[in-house]
Amino acid sequence: MSAPAISLESLSTTFGDQLLGTMKPGGCASSCGSSTKPDDTDPAVWEKIKDHPCFSEEAHHYFARMHVAVAPGCNIQCNYCNRKYDCANESRPGVASEKLTPDQALRKVIAVANEVPQLSVLGIAGPGDACYDWKKTKATFARVAREIPDIKFCISTNGLALPDRVDELADMNVDHVTITINMVDPKIGAKIYPWIFYDHRRYVGIEAARILHERQMFGLEMLTARGILTKINSVVIPGVNDEHLIEVNRWVKERGAFLHNLMPLISDPAHGTHYGLSGQRGPNAMEMKALQDRVEGGAQLMRHCRQCRADAVGMLGEDRGQEFTADRIPGEVTYDASKRNAYRELVAQERRDHVAARSEAIGLVKAARPGKSVLFAVATKGGGRVNEHFGHAKEFQVYEASPRGISFVGHRKVEQYCLGGRSAEATLDGVIAALEGVDIVLCAKIGNCPQDQLAEAGIQATDAYAHDYIETAISAIYTATSGAPALAATA
Amino acid sequence: MAFKIIASQCTQCGACEFECPSGAIKFKGESYVIESQKCTECEGVFDAQQCASVCPVPKTCVPA
Ligand code: SF4
Ligand code: SF4
Ligand code: SF4
Repeated sequence: MSAPAISLESLSTTFGDQLLGTMKPGGCASSCGSSTKPDDTDPAVWEKIKDHPCFSEEAHHYFARMHVAVAPGCNIQCNYCNRKYDCANESRPGVASEKLTPDQALRKVIAVANEVPQLSVLGIAGPGDACYDWKKTKATFARVAREIPDIKFCISTNGLALPDRVDELADMNVDHVTITINMVDPKIGAKIYPWIFYDHRRYVGIEAARILHERQMFGLEMLTARGILTKINSVVIPGVNDEHLIEVNRWVKERGAFLHNLMPLISDPAHGTHYGLSGQRGPNAMEMKALQDRVEGGAQLMRHCRQCRADAVGMLGEDRGQEFTADRIPGEVTYDASKRNAYRELVAQERRDHVAARSEAIGLVKAARPGKSVLFAVATKGGGRVNEHFGHAKEFQVYEASPRGISFVGHRKVEQYCLGGRSAEATLDGVIAALEGVDIVLCAKIGNCPQDQLAEAGIQATDAYAHDYIETAISAIYTATSGAPALAATA
Repeated sequence: MAFKIIASQCTQCGACEFECPSGAIKFKGESYVIESQKCTECEGVFDAQQCASVCPVPKTCVPA
């Protein structure tokens, strides 16, 4: 494989180093994005998703998102939600995000944009509903757009107030909306939503669920008609809506949903939610996988959205939110566009290169003969490259190479082998367990000792492809070994 | 004739503030508070008290 034409990491400027140094692997974006390859994406759609780490699997290597919790008011009650904490629709249940006023949010966004040049998306998610608590949502977007014109906006909503806001969303250039849709049958909805507040009164039971369902479908259709991309989140509640989500997938696909993301119910009595207290359990990993496999082929599935905090800041799995809490942000901040612009130029060039390398690599894999499937676990800190040391990886990105090409499968979290609190031995066992099913590990560097132990566990690890593009490395190994399971030359 | 908010239960979501037709609810210090002189119990405007209908915490917006 040819060496990359430009290596961001080899750029001699400390600026380039600094930019890429902040990239960490594994995050929302990485895992929750669409894994559509650039070469088979409609150009108009690509234009919309290309900088959005949650909508594009490719973009997650380069861009960061942040959420601000500015709209705490909500118009429905979900049985998996306790309002003391974040909205479980899109965020991690059981954590409380910092509520901000639109002015505080503006200062926070500027402070982040000055420090994190990868920032491309500002989202407003729960606690609360961005469409219902609309004045605050709108004020936040308007203020930020004035200061940072090229930032993209997205919101997530339960859908009830969505139809009232679609025109304004379109006017404000919000081109991504996430709707949480857990049912299309009001009888099932009644088990998930105890009440809604609509048209100045409270509705309960099947009537409440029916209104919510109708408004969700109407809102989705309106967004599709205006070319606004939609991601549907569904919370998988075993025994309540798990089977039913196959039908939900069909409905949302028919109405133009771009992505469908299945999220496991996170249920814990300590969160004080109805489900938590009543002992409703969440699905296990195997149940999730089985369901995802069954809805595959419907609206594109997002694999492993990480359910970030509503005040999350950063790339992929990282959350730098704690560096930017309101009390750490000065009263006056001025936006400095230079870092972000420089970063964007760097990325534009690197991405052209990556896209080309990637389609070449995928072509080679498709052409390779004996058609078996091989799972690769990659240690990366961003940029789409094999560029993290084995011992420093907090998670591995898993890719599958098969006659269908190369696809992103998800991430596996691990305890850092080098820095783990426990003995290296115990940690390595943990890493090996987390890599179950993986055939080959790609990383920037690995010592002989862990390499041997991985080999004993049947996993081949190599650093021979350090700093190559992930797909390039995968295709080199796949085409060289297709048929024979030998990687001895590099291992 | 007025409603009140049990401050210790309020999550500060602010929904009651913007639903109140009488502008009777304001954020004061730790929680939202109903100004009893302004509260009309939504009489003549809506069938149900808006604050109590939207509040996510049971028995938090209650008759004073
Ligand atoms: S919750 Fe996190 S992972 Fe999921 S879509 Fe939002 S930012 Fe992405
Ligand atoms: S009862 Fe009606 S008027 Fe009184 S505070 Fe509540 S919403 Fe306002
Ligand atoms: S609606 Fe209830 S929880 Fe929300 S601010 Fe009003 S009193 Fe507090």
